Amino acid sequence: MLHIYILIPFLAALLIGLAAKKVDRIHTGWFVLPVPAVLFILFISKLPTLAEGKIVQSIANWIPSLDIQLSFYLDGLSMLFSLLITGIGTLVVLYSIFYLSKKEQLVHFYVYLLLFMGSMLGVVLSDNVFVLYTFWEFTSISSFLLIGFWFYRERSTYGAQKSMLVTVFGGLSMLGALILLSITAETNSIREMIANRSDIIESDLFIPILILLLIGAFTKSAQFPFHSWLPDAMEAPTPVSAYLHSATMVKAGIYLVARFSLIFSGTDVFFIIVSGVGLITLCLGSILASRQTDLKGILAYSTISQLGMIMTMLGFGTGIATLAAIFHIFNHATFKGSLFMIAGIVDHETGTRDIRRLGGLYTFMPISATLAFFGAFSMAGVPLPIFNGFLSKEMFFDSSLKLEQTSGFAGMFAEWVPLLAVIGSIFTFVYSMYLVFGAFTGKAKLDQLEKKPHEAPIGMLISPIILIGFVVLIGLFPNPLNEALLAPAVGSVTGDFALTHLAFWHGFDNTPLHMSLVVVAVGTILALTLKRWQPIYNRVPGKFSTDRIYQSIVNGLLSFSSKFTKFYMTGSLRLYTSIILVFLVVSTSIFIYVTDGFKIAFDDLAPVTWPEVLVGFVMAVAAIATIWMTQRIAAIIVIGVVGYGLSLLFVFFRAPDLALTQLIVETITVALFLLCFAHLPKLKKSDKKPSEKLVDFIIAASTGALLTVVAICAHSSKYFESISKYFVDNSYKLGGGDNIVNVILVDFRGLDTLFEIAVLGLAALGIYAMIKYRDKGDMNH
Amino acid sequence: MEIIMSILAGTLFAAGVYLILQKQLLKIVLGTALLSHGAHLFILTMGKLNRGKPPILIEGIKDYTDPLPQALILTSIVISFGVTSFLLVLAYRTYQSNKTDMMDQLRGTDDE
Repeated sequence: MLHIYILIPFLAALLIGLAAKKVDRIHTGWFVLPVPAVLFILFISKLPTLAEGKIVQSIANWIPSLDIQLSFYLDGLSMLFSLLITGIGTLVVLYSIFYLSKKEQLVHFYVYLLLFMGSMLGVVLSDNVFVLYTFWEFTSISSFLLIGFWFYRERSTYGAQKSMLVTVFGGLSMLGALILLSITAETNSIREMIANRSDIIESDLFIPILILLLIGAFTKSAQFPFHSWLPDAMEAPTPVSAYLHSATMVKAGIYLVARFSLIFSGTDVFFIIVSGVGLITLCLGSILASRQTDLKGILAYSTISQLGMIMTMLGFGTGIATLAAIFHIFNHATFKGSLFMIAGIVDHETGTRDIRRLGGLYTFMPISATLAFFGAFSMAGVPLPIFNGFLSKEMFFDSSLKLEQTSGFAGMFAEWVPLLAVIGSIFTFVYSMYLVFGAFTGKAKLDQLEKKPHEAPIGMLISPIILIGFVVLIGLFPNPLNEALLAPAVGSVTGDFALTHLAFWHGFDNTPLHMSLVVVAVGTILALTLKRWQPIYNRVPGKFSTDRIYQSIVNGLLSFSSKFTKFYMTGSLRLYTSIILVFLVVSTSIFIYVTDGFKIAFDDLAPVTWPEVLVGFVMAVAAIATIWMTQRIAAIIVIGVVGYGLSLLFVFFRAPDLALTQLIVETITVALFLLCFAHLPKLKKSDKKPSEKLVDFIIAASTGALLTVVAICAHSSKYFESISKYFVDNSYKLGGGDNIVNVILVDFRGLDTLFEIAVLGLAALGIYAMIKYRDKGDMNH
Repeated sequence: MEIIMSILAGTLFAAGVYLILQKQLLKIVLGTALLSHGAHLFILTMGKLNRGKPPILIEGIKDYTDPLPQALILTSIVISFGVTSFLLVLAYRTYQSNKTDMMDQLRGTDDE
């Protein structure tokens, strides 16, 4: 069943182009809308099965020889993500119908979107790590295509390329981790890896595996220091930002960490790295968000910061922290998705997303403004029972106070966690207020807007209204959701399926509430005085920003590879040949040395007879003499001596067919040389410097020496039985001929001969063409 | 005998490589011819020399020289003939078009 679920979006992507061609009066989005909607219902229908504590799974073979199966399974965690992917997907497609005009390349857009949907489902449902990796990279590619949707804008292509480079870099690093994992645990299945947890934890490769895997997760989820691709990804159309870059794809890293939690969680390294990076990202993202002037820029940094918070909680690894993380994954999708959509509406209705030019929009678009206030207050964690964001935020504070790490460095770090959590949350409060109050209240600056703002069409408002509906509903009644969805998801992360009751009010006398109140109080003061302290940002030197670091790495790589390529791609044949030969000689020599392959045996040699030696000596002299020949005719004669000498050797060594062929070929070659040389310039004496000559000599001598050594070694060692006996025995029986060499050529290895003839034919064609072409060329000159 | 022939093959190879490293296209063509001679001798030596009769079946004779290297070389001789003649004509054409057969003057332009 699950195979079909994953296949549906891909199939739809194939068919959507056809549908759009047939009916061009209807917005393509309407054809796409049923896909996520139906999938959403299908996944919902599996909820009762999960509630019974079962999982849904289906397996099909893909590459059995490598133990790679398309095995998918649906447990609590996959269910949460699948519902987000299809649910938010439905709302986003609906929203996009009104957001994107019919003049855009709609088919491209929806094909990319459906590709993403299918691959993301593949990521969260795969049990086989290599299948997971494949889908993981597919999401990177579809994200790249969607960010670059408006490919004629320079910022779009820049952002697309950046996200691609960063996430694929992380993906490759993750692949490394997965390969190490599959070697250590001797399985490719995630569930079996979890069962073999102790093998992995105790292995020497534990730290490399963990770090490589986390690089994959951190790049995808835009964690420090890999976060800088996400703000640039905001060049994508807003539905994409709402879908991929806040609700789903950027949470793939979170998913990965959660999925492998049962293996790594509980170790100090995991806690320090994941929570440490998460907290840095939380604070940095929220601090930088208040600096942005683009609405979507604020939301992008806010997403980075919120992802950092979820990551931190997964690093804690305790039951309450995991529940809070899972809860916040859901809540973040609701309020951030709606805020993105509102930002899109503002952009759509006013023509700008620059917060300095916006203001007072409440009067013109009251519904959007109200929705934005709900979303932002939930994000800020305002302590009212109608905001789901507050519930998960308070659980975050709670879990930061109940850390189990007490000793060593992890214990020291754990003591600082609550403070950092509060700092991050204060700035979260600040940018949330900055976002909504800056855009919707104050004085309207209509003269700075391209068009007179008005409320968005109802179609665009439906999706954010539904999302904000969830914000309030879950804020009021969190427990039904908890039972149906959150508890099974937490269970698949921690292995403990016990239900924790969620409540808004825990009494006055509890620390998390005090922390929330501090956040609100300090946050309000900072938000009110934002204009005064905002200039501080400009004082921070930009030299250390990750953006610059990324840019210098990319520039460095480009100029390095260009220099390096120019260094050896000089267009000089001599250099190319030298590089190839030196590499051949060096690598083969090292190999012979390392494997102790040099052998020389004198016991199995043919007797030395003088005629052969004499011919050989003449050949050697003639071959070396060619080097100094300055007369063309002399060069032809000495090269002929070598060739005819070789055919004599063939006679001595009992190869009559070879001798005959060599004789004929040599005669034709000499004739050909004579014919061509008449038209060619005289041979010149080499004008090379002695040092160059020495290099040539060394390369030539060492290549020749290597060949001799290889020949002697091969002759002296007996690793395999000769296969020639087969031909001797079967030449007459199977080939029906007495001349074994001929039978081999035309029968046993007949295809070789066929291709040999083809090569000869091609050479003949080439020669003919070159001679023909000359006539035409001469006419043109 | 095998060792002597191995050395001879190496010598032919060395001379061929030295010619290939030269600047004049003609010398490079000559070099490839030497290289293929060296390679043929190399392959023949691999199959051991002078064991048994020539590989043509005759009643009552059991021992034959290894026929397989001979078959391989036969293919190779024909192909290297094709290559050598192709190169020769190529050298000829190059000289006709460019009025030089020096490799360092035949390089492509920088922006290629």
